[in-house]
Amino acid sequence: MRQEKLFDHAILWVGVVFLLFPVWLLFASSTHTTETIIKEGLQFLPGGEGFGAYATALTSSIGGTEIATGLRMTINSLIMGIGFAVGKIVIAMCAAYTLVYFRIPMANFLFWIIFSTLLLPLEVRIVPSYEVVSQLGLLNSYTGLILPLIASATATFYFQQFFKTVPEELLEAAQLDNANAFKFFIDILVPLSKTMMAAMFIIMFVVGWNQYLWPIMMTTEEAYYTIVMGIKNVLSVVREGRIPEYNVAFAMIILAMLPPVAVVILFQRWFIQGLVESEK
Amino acid sequence: MATKRVQFSHSPIPYLFIVPQLAIIAVFFFWPALQALYLSFMLEDPWGLSSQFVGFENYVELFSSSEYLSTFAFTLLYSSIVTVFSLGVALVLAVKANAILRGQSTYQLLLTWVYAIAPAAAGIMAYFIFNRNIGVVPEFLNSFGWDFRPDTNSFDATAMVILVSVWKQVPVNFVFFLAGLNSISKSVREAAQMDCESDSRRFWTITFPLLAPTAFFLLVINITYAFFETFGLIDTLTQGRPGGSTTTLVYKVYQDGFIGADLGLSSAQSVVLMLLVLLLTFVQFKFIERKVHY
Repeated sequence: MRQEKLFDHAILWVGVVFLLFPVWLLFASSTHTTETIIKEGLQFLPGGEGFGAYATALTSSIGGTEIATGLRMTINSLIMGIGFAVGKIVIAMCAAYTLVYFRIPMANFLFWIIFSTLLLPLEVRIVPSYEVVSQLGLLNSYTGLILPLIASATATFYFQQFFKTVPEELLEAAQLDNANAFKFFIDILVPLSKTMMAAMFIIMFVVGWNQYLWPIMMTTEEAYYTIVMGIKNVLSVVREGRIPEYNVAFAMIILAMLPPVAVVILFQRWFIQGLVESEK
Repeated sequence: MATKRVQFSHSPIPYLFIVPQLAIIAVFFFWPALQALYLSFMLEDPWGLSSQFVGFENYVELFSSSEYLSTFAFTLLYSSIVTVFSLGVALVLAVKANAILRGQSTYQLLLTWVYAIAPAAAGIMAYFIFNRNIGVVPEFLNSFGWDFRPDTNSFDATAMVILVSVWKQVPVNFVFFLAGLNSISKSVREAAQMDCESDSRRFWTITFPLLAPTAFFLLVINITYAFFETFGLIDTLTQGRPGGSTTTLVYKVYQDGFIGADLGLSSAQSVVLMLLVLLLTFVQFKFIERKVHY
């Protein structure tokens, strides 16, 4: 029996190492000099250069101009991740509130209109979406980066399910207290939904931060580059046959991974809850 | 749709709450989706000045293009292999994590964090690890006599893309399988333990059937992932190379529509993708949900 347990742990560790290995390799190499990497390839153990490459990655630009520094792109990604998560949660909660708590004409029709967006991901309609955003003059803007991504009902569905489980007595009590619809929403439903909102925020922040296709279509000005799409520039250097500053490039890739990974690790419980609930 | 028994009475308030969502959906979902449908029946002249209705010509052109058909075949092959492997690996890990008593949450942490990595970041990371000049994988494979050349050999490139896609997808499947395993009640497990000595038989006759709904649900999630979310991974890792052999359907929509600026053809591809998603959803609702109930 003991040996079997040991075997279980061994398999789990194989999985852990399989997942960790590539990221570790990149991280370890980012603390070496570019010369070492050119001569000896990627490194398994950290080198003596410390985090110098990270400072360079944050302050220097890998694009054509000097605007898109690592720091600038990180800030853009933060705006995108937080803006997407907050926007999605606010809009979804409001829509779910109407769907669950009000009797309005065509409620069923609206329900299906909203939930049909779950069927088609942005990727299948990117080219016409790009046309729409460009006609609205929203290219190279945070609004254009964030709004089209909010047009799907994952979070709405999730809050609708949750609101249905809220006891009816709460609304009866609120009505006895002469609370109006706004007061009920702000004072009772929002506080009740705190955990749900946190779980959803974690997932949506990660999804927003990790967007790639939409930002590369939307942004031609480097001032709006996000870090996940910005790291693509490292590749164009390589494909032109030039040798990049490997350690800085690797530091940039690690920086692009770090915030969402940190959020998922720090808020593991909410992350798991949000993931399981939002995909359902 | 079930609504609350107690509700607020009529007023303009409910509309205020739902209008933002409806407006965003109308502008950024229905307008583009309908435009894709419309454009798929139109042919633009090369300068984009005028366009004319051509019926199903774009679709005919699409399905008589051997390039498109091979992209279609690759996407199906790629998404099935990615699905099978990432489900398989995740299931093994989840069963093992469920079997141990202490440290389950530590393993959960160590096996799920990769979820947070962007497919594009995973792709560019893999690009360097598989790079012939500095990467460690080609050297490793060479020592086994495998002359690994993903930039010219389409088998090598496909294997590489599949491996990285699986790496990225294992954590999601692991989370759901572990949740599924944890929800199997203790009494069922104890009864199974008494009835059935063999671990593997107990797994296949009791645990696996109970996990089937989770597995089928994940099947759809994984196919969707392989179809759509791997765009960033492919764009950074191979860009469809060599010779378009690692181009997925979504990547081709982007290549033809955005880079090639052939709106009609790209829109027809979008519509084909929409139909595929609808088919998948239909199968999920009608076939799978009914069949897998225990």
